[in-house]
Amino acid sequence: MAMLLDALSWLMLVSGGVFVLIGGIGVLRLPDLYTRMHAGSLTDTLGTLLILGGIMLQAGLTLATVKLLAIAVFLLLTGPTATYALANAALLAGLLPKNAELPEDVAP
Amino acid sequence: MFLAASIAILVTMVLALARALIGPTVYDRILAVNMFGTKTVLLFSVVAFLYGRPDFLDLALAYALINFIGVLAVLQFFENRQQHEANQEASSNVDKPKAGDV
Repeated sequence: MAMLLDALSWLMLVSGGVFVLIGGIGVLRLPDLYTRMHAGSLTDTLGTLLILGGIMLQAGLTLATVKLLAIAVFLLLTGPTATYALANAALLAGLLPKNAELPEDVAP
Repeated sequence: MFLAASIAILVTMVLALARALIGPTVYDRILAVNMFGTKTVLLFSVVAFLYGRPDFLDLALAYALINFIGVLAVLQFFENRQQHEANQEASSNVDKPKAGDV
């Protein structure tokens, strides 16, 4: 049982690291702000959840797990909120996605 | 395994810093800095267990709180500045013809 938990936590840590790395490469290489935001929010939710879950399995039922749970809940609440606020501000500032044009009936 | 995860997070932080430096618009930079802050929280949590010091988790929790507020504050600042500039432009456009009339 302990070995199974160990293997599961290692799997979660490694896959979380891979997701975080993919998100970082996407933030650096994708062509415009909105696609970069898409890559960045991947690491904010899935990568965070996998890595914190892997650590939680290693920690067992201790106070550390409670703290990790608090961190995970807080990051899951604030990450998408910050991404939404950023996209909203960028769109209000008139930043359009690449190769996109405003429809005729929408005032610029 | 903690080491592998922390190295992946560190590499991602470097990539985010590169985007923050070259980002063409200010929103790219804010996105990169936000991501850097989230990765810092993750790094704190992983390093806490890598070195066997669960006290670091308190730092991670505090950093998560500060990071979110900071990003929202910077966004609000740029929004306000843009509105202020637009208002100034509009008022100067209105003022000019009046000054010419008089």
